Amino acid sequence: MTRISITVDGVRYDDDVQPRTLLVHHLRERLGKVGTVVGCDTSNCGSCTVLMGGESVKSCTVLAVQADGLEITTVEGLAGSDGELHPVQQAFHDRHALQCGFCTPGMIMSAVDLLAENPDPTDAEIREGLEGNLCRCTGYQNIVRAVRDAAATMRAGASEPAPAAPEEAPAPAPAPVEVGS
Amino acid sequence: MTVVDERPAAEVGAPRKRKEDARLITGRTMWTDNLTLPGMLHLAILRSPMAHARITRIDTAPALAAPGVVAAFSGRDVAETQGSLPCAWVVTDDMVHPDHPPLAVDEVRHVGEPVAVVVARDAASAVDALGAIDVEYEPLPVVLEMDEALGEGAALVHSDKGTNKSYTWIYDSAEAGHGQAYDAATAEAEVVLRKRYVQQRLIPAFMEPRSVVVDPTADQVTIWSSTQIPHVLRVLIALVTGLPEHKIRVIAPDVGGGFGGKLQMTAEELITMMAARRVGKPAKYTETRSESLLAAHHGRDMYQDVELAARRDGTLLGLRVRLTANMGAYLALLTPSVPLLGRYMYNGIYKLPAYRFECTGVFTNTTPTDAYRGAGRPEATYAIERAMDDLAAELGMDPIELRRRNWIGHGEFPFHTVAGLTYDSGDYEAATDKAMSLFGYDELRREQAARRESRDPVQLGIGVSTYTEMCGLAPSRWLGSLGYAAGGWESASVRMLPTGKVEVLTGTSPHGQGHETAWSQIAADQLGVAFEDVEVLHGDTRTAHKGLDTYGSRSLAVGGFALVNACQKVVDKAKPIAAHLLECDVADVEFSAGRFRVRGAPADAEGKTMADCALAVFAAHDMPGGAEPTLDAEAVYDPTDFSFPHGTHLCATEVDTETGRVTVRSYVAVDDVGKVVNPLIVEGQVHGGVAQGIAQALFEEAVYDADGNLLTGTFVDYTPPSSADLPDIVSDRTETPAPDHPLGIKGVGEAGTIASTPAVVNAIVDALRPYGVDDIRMPCTPERVWRAVQGGDRS
Ligand code: FES
Ligand code: FES
Repeated sequence: MTRISITVDGVRYDDDVQPRTLLVHHLRERLGKVGTVVGCDTSNCGSCTVLMGGESVKSCTVLAVQADGLEITTVEGLAGSDGELHPVQQAFHDRHALQCGFCTPGMIMSAVDLLAENPDPTDAEIREGLEGNLCRCTGYQNIVRAVRDAAATMRAGASEPAPAAPEEAPAPAPAPVEVGS
Repeated sequence: MTVVDERPAAEVGAPRKRKEDARLITGRTMWTDNLTLPGMLHLAILRSPMAHARITRIDTAPALAAPGVVAAFSGRDVAETQGSLPCAWVVTDDMVHPDHPPLAVDEVRHVGEPVAVVVARDAASAVDALGAIDVEYEPLPVVLEMDEALGEGAALVHSDKGTNKSYTWIYDSAEAGHGQAYDAATAEAEVVLRKRYVQQRLIPAFMEPRSVVVDPTADQVTIWSSTQIPHVLRVLIALVTGLPEHKIRVIAPDVGGGFGGKLQMTAEELITMMAARRVGKPAKYTETRSESLLAAHHGRDMYQDVELAARRDGTLLGLRVRLTANMGAYLALLTPSVPLLGRYMYNGIYKLPAYRFECTGVFTNTTPTDAYRGAGRPEATYAIERAMDDLAAELGMDPIELRRRNWIGHGEFPFHTVAGLTYDSGDYEAATDKAMSLFGYDELRREQAARRESRDPVQLGIGVSTYTEMCGLAPSRWLGSLGYAAGGWESASVRMLPTGKVEVLTGTSPHGQGHETAWSQIAADQLGVAFEDVEVLHGDTRTAHKGLDTYGSRSLAVGGFALVNACQKVVDKAKPIAAHLLECDVADVEFSAGRFRVRGAPADAEGKTMADCALAVFAAHDMPGGAEPTLDAEAVYDPTDFSFPHGTHLCATEVDTETGRVTVRSYVAVDDVGKVVNPLIVEGQVHGGVAQGIAQALFEEAVYDADGNLLTGTFVDYTPPSSADLPDIVSDRTETPAPDHPLGIKGVGEAGTIASTPAVVNAIVDALRPYGVDDIRMPCTPERVWRAVQGGDRS
């Protein structure tokens, strides 16, 4: 067991973990951050994407111990403390960029990272940039539209600080894990 | 009470953004694997590494010694009690239908078949302990290819059955009285096209791996499953396990895609039930992606031997289809029926005098096949639309002109087809004209001619697909006549809450289709309430107790009909209440735009709303004439017939004859799915459907090696397309309302997938016809395209 301390969506967690535990399993099983999901076992689908130290990573390819001391942002921590959606979330909703929504947490986090690196991407750059995230439902067309829209919104609001890293945000409510319907 | 009517003129038809998005984009989704129950244990499943073998020894005891392990058992331990996975569709009286134990007992018949299970306190410990299970296999001969499996002396998948043939099913339009005999009708044929088209094996590859949680300690044994069919599953569990149906509750929480792949009762569901009940504690099983690709049912996998006879002027005279369909090693829930659903569609949108269809289902040592988006209909459409392009080439005719000469004219509906169905409506002319103009068909043909002339190494190809499909599965009588065990009705209930809010219960079970939004739109219009005031409940047999779930583009076509009927009943119940409140005669009350008014009252008269009636009924202080104090209503609708969406898809490909690389240059989809409830959702369904059809044409195939190992067992090898692999498409619609549906809707879930595969392959073949190429096996990878160019006889 190794003691690690990570900050997830603005909340600090100190835990003893097995050296082999993957970050995604730590997030889901220990911390209850089930908004981040697992879609594969070969690092291909991107469903598990989170921001670690500000950069997007597939959390199934990172050991929990590697995240020690780092700041993690998941899809659960993206909206503002007042519940205001991140422009990428809003654009996914507006453009119908999701159907079953299973790829969505990872897709949104990858898009956030993409726009941080390239605030004004072409459609081709968006398609290349999201290549590591598979979606089976949408055919990607509306995802590309959504990312394009979000880019425009974010550029328009560029004088404000980028909303991706909610360091000072109060702890959001944990994802409800309901028993029943 | 004064209620201002702020309701927009009509919800149905509006591009409402989806209600379900709120949880999906913020990570508050309830996937089955998110669920944790007190004391819950975890399963891992040991799967066969052999495609065919006898289990000579199996010992799970060593696994019990591993840390965290609570229980372990094999098929032998439960052989007497585990039952058999059901096949609900017995297609012929003599269908060979082998037992299908959830855990293999003495013999394994495909790689990935479950043989033993470990139950442990955490998932990692369960997986770790699998290695301790001691199994010895004695290999048996493997048969993988269908023609070989049907041949003399073939190795047998089920030796006790003496054959690898499950059934042969024949339809003949003359015998059925829907047309002439094939031989007679085609005796004068001037051209006969004979081709074998191959439907490669596909994997549905829904993004959420299958997961199941069973709580045996609840008064009703509760099963959460990432399934498309919670209601059907409950009945099946009762039938297979003997557990009384009223002691079973099934919940499909948020489900991450299905595409037919979760239209199943799975071995994993039954195994998790057995494990949970043995240890008396809640238990969870979540598959890995590798397990999913290996063991969740596959789709397609057919040989299509097609004979299409015509006169030189293009008039079609007859169609004969000999289908060989791979069942895999066992018959899963609907396995034998999938190719037969196609038999109604091989004639497509064309007037054919004669049609004969023969289908043989074959066992092989592979994962069972079953429904995958379209289930039989994409296969049929592929064959006829490929054949039409091939025939046009043979006749030197434009492929659209050939179709025009043979399709059912707009004025000819309803049309009784040679396959025995009655197409309700359609306008193939309008959809095709619109598609051609959006596509720039004539211009592209001119460019193609110029590039052929100049021997451009990158050739332009144009592919056509004019499809129809049958939606709204299905009239119960029809299903019964074909040997299906259940019906095809659907239910909806409306509960009026005291404050005027509404709960809608649907027996359909969405997994990405946006039912919460679309059903809210319908209820809002029907009841005159706000879209936001409707909550749609589904996917739990305790709340939405009655239903037949979601598949076959049926939810809106059948379930939407039930909802309209249920709302109508609510309005009927509210009328006397409103009359009482308005102090007038019931016969004088009118309901429109959300208000009950006295007939003849000015349009801006306040009247009474549904909310007024709901409150009056809740208080029940003054019910008129002893009326029952409720507005709630349930309706069950059994469709009288299918609906037939249609459309024209056109694809232009750039095909590099030197490298084999194919690029989709433009793609136009004009679909006619009847009236549309939510254009945003419809467009999304078309986008996703087309993407899956393109994936079949260009990228995906489940491949086995000679020993029956799945070579495409990860996403790296199966290669579902990413954003960088797919084009933007142009999606548009024509609108021919379904005449028999109160909202005029037809269904859209499968249309894109059905239409797009032949459009793309036709475009590739079209590009390469000058090189003597008239077929390329799917997926049309650069290697296959390049080889075809090399091997074709260039004219
Ligand atoms: S789960 Fe991490 S890439 Fe698929
Ligand atoms: S929305 Fe279903 S996988 Fe992307």
